[in-house]
Amino acid sequence: MLEITNLHATVDGKAILKGIDLTIQPGEMHAIMGPNGSGKSTLAYILSGRDGYEVTEGEVRYEGRDLLVMAPEERAAEGLFLAFQYPVEIPGVPNTTFLKEALNAGRKHRGEGPLDAMQFLKLIRQKTQELGMTDEMLKRAVNVGFSGGEKKRNEILQMAVLEPKLAVLDETDSGLDIDALKTVADGVNALRGPDRSMLVITHYQRLLNYIVPDKVHVLAQGRIARTGGPELAEELEAKGYAEFTTAAA
Amino acid sequence: MLNGNSGATDFEAVFTDRRASLPGADLAWLSELRESGINQFRRHGLPTPRTEAWKYTNLRPLQKVAFAPSHEVSAPTVVGLDRVPSLLPSGEHVRRLVLTEGRFNPELSSIGDLPPGVSLEPLAQAIRRDPGGLQSYLGRIAHPVGQPMLALNTALMEDGVVLRVGRGAVLSEPVEVLHLGGLSDHAVAYHPRLLVLLEADSRAVLVEHFVGLSEQAYFANAATEIRVAEGARLDHIKVQAEGTAATHLASCHVWLDRQATFIGFSLSLGAQLSRNEVHVRLEGEGARCRVNGAYLMRGKQHCDNTTLIEHLKPETSCREVFKGVLDDQSRGVFQGRIMVHRGADKTDGHQLSKALLLSDRAEIDAKPELEIYADDVKCSHGATAGDIDEQALFYLRARGIPEARARSLLIQAFLDEALDEVGIPALHEALLSRVAAWLGTG
Repeated sequence: MLEITNLHATVDGKAILKGIDLTIQPGEMHAIMGPNGSGKSTLAYILSGRDGYEVTEGEVRYEGRDLLVMAPEERAAEGLFLAFQYPVEIPGVPNTTFLKEALNAGRKHRGEGPLDAMQFLKLIRQKTQELGMTDEMLKRAVNVGFSGGEKKRNEILQMAVLEPKLAVLDETDSGLDIDALKTVADGVNALRGPDRSMLVITHYQRLLNYIVPDKVHVLAQGRIARTGGPELAEELEAKGYAEFTTAAA
Repeated sequence: MLNGNSGATDFEAVFTDRRASLPGADLAWLSELRESGINQFRRHGLPTPRTEAWKYTNLRPLQKVAFAPSHEVSAPTVVGLDRVPSLLPSGEHVRRLVLTEGRFNPELSSIGDLPPGVSLEPLAQAIRRDPGGLQSYLGRIAHPVGQPMLALNTALMEDGVVLRVGRGAVLSEPVEVLHLGGLSDHAVAYHPRLLVLLEADSRAVLVEHFVGLSEQAYFANAATEIRVAEGARLDHIKVQAEGTAATHLASCHVWLDRQATFIGFSLSLGAQLSRNEVHVRLEGEGARCRVNGAYLMRGKQHCDNTTLIEHLKPETSCREVFKGVLDDQSRGVFQGRIMVHRGADKTDGHQLSKALLLSDRAEIDAKPELEIYADDVKCSHGATAGDIDEQALFYLRARGIPEARARSLLIQAFLDEALDEVGIPALHEALLSRVAAWLGTG
């Protein structure tokens, strides 16, 4: 599904990623953990195609294709989804309009006809209920006036509607209280399936109590410093990242 | 001052030639009014950027072309009855008065039955039929002193529209005045004049729609004067979609009595060079107005929105929102002046100008001005200019929405704050579809 080989990247000339190797098979859930500033979000943004990141070496293949040459909208239409750490507020664009545009853009890309208003409404109602969201949140402008938890829920709603093949969740747990965390985790777990891969980026282990990954990677100073099973997350929770930050320094 | 320029129109000579054949030439008061108009025009000449009020808008294009006076145009040969552009939803009771190059065109117009107390007729006809009824208003609300283009309109006005709504009468369906231009194969100038009188407690919705049907250069110099009496309300929606080589200068002069309401909105899309001027006098206690607008420009288009809101009595209020989208090398101008006169205490005046620049070479000049001579006044103004929000654009693209579509969504969202002020659903829809057509998403 995703194959990252020797990925090096810079931001404003400063090296952030220094040789990442990571392979995710269909249906697998991987977690990337690491201290602040280790390059976790940079990796997420590079995967989604955001400007401002320069890949200086290495490659990323998504379903066998060169991901890095694709425009952000093409990546999304091909089934890549990034749940933003800081979802963007878009005044004046209603959440429903946004969801409908996004869903139908993907359908068009796949050669499917657009959903009509009734079909769309039915789909969206079902998904919002599953995530404990209100109709009112659909009518409001995208993320405008949403609490931190509502914004994260809105990300998961978008994921549920778009049904991506590979979801990258960038610190989706940050800023969530325990109830919101459970709701978000339930939403993520509901989407797990044999054809859907996930990459969960987090600083803390607590999300991984609810979403159990197949593999855990520690990202430190721009490299994968260690890879293990779910037990690695617990170890990190107990010991912290000191071992990785000092070892590489 | 135009005589020195061989390419320019000598409007004074045009006036001398035509004065005897203009409507109402036999009426002393109207002849005097026209005379005072041409004198004002002679005194100031065509405005130049040396005049503060025209600092950002240069009328040079007008000085390069000799505009002939317009003559009667047989419009059905140019535009079929079924192809008349309209902002109104089609239906049986469409009230539309069409002016082709400034003159009433009966074949294209459908005035229909009017409720009791309401009259709608071409200006030239009104001057013949009931000149006395016009004398107290024409040129009194839109007083041409110090305003050369209004003065020129006053001197040369040949036709237009008179809408009168009697005490308590309600004209719930909109009336559309369609100004069709670009019909001649040579450059023409015309000076349409509208007079709108709403008596106490009446209501009406007026749509002024300027459409150019060709790329021929022409000059539309329009003026509208409006009086809204005590407790009455006028909604005025203007759409300027003149031809690409046209010059459009229009001023709208509004007088509001006690508790009267004026809700104005203008959408500017067309013309090479345009100026939309709105001047509101809040003459009665508790009068209120909204003066909103949007403009979408590209290429080398120039669009000027100039407003003057004068609070003359206590507890008057006005809210103004102008939003502009400027692409390529287009240029926008917003000059908004709020004057709170002595004694106009407890007034409330708010003004906002926002421009979205889609290109590095687009330009906006915004000049908000507040002049306050009263106490206990709430006034504010703000002006911003910026690019598309790159973060929002990326967010939309990251959800699969192609870049061009994502940009359109953001532009539309930006304009909504102004467009949402149009409270009449059918007209709101019509404006949205114009915007969508401009964006290429319609």
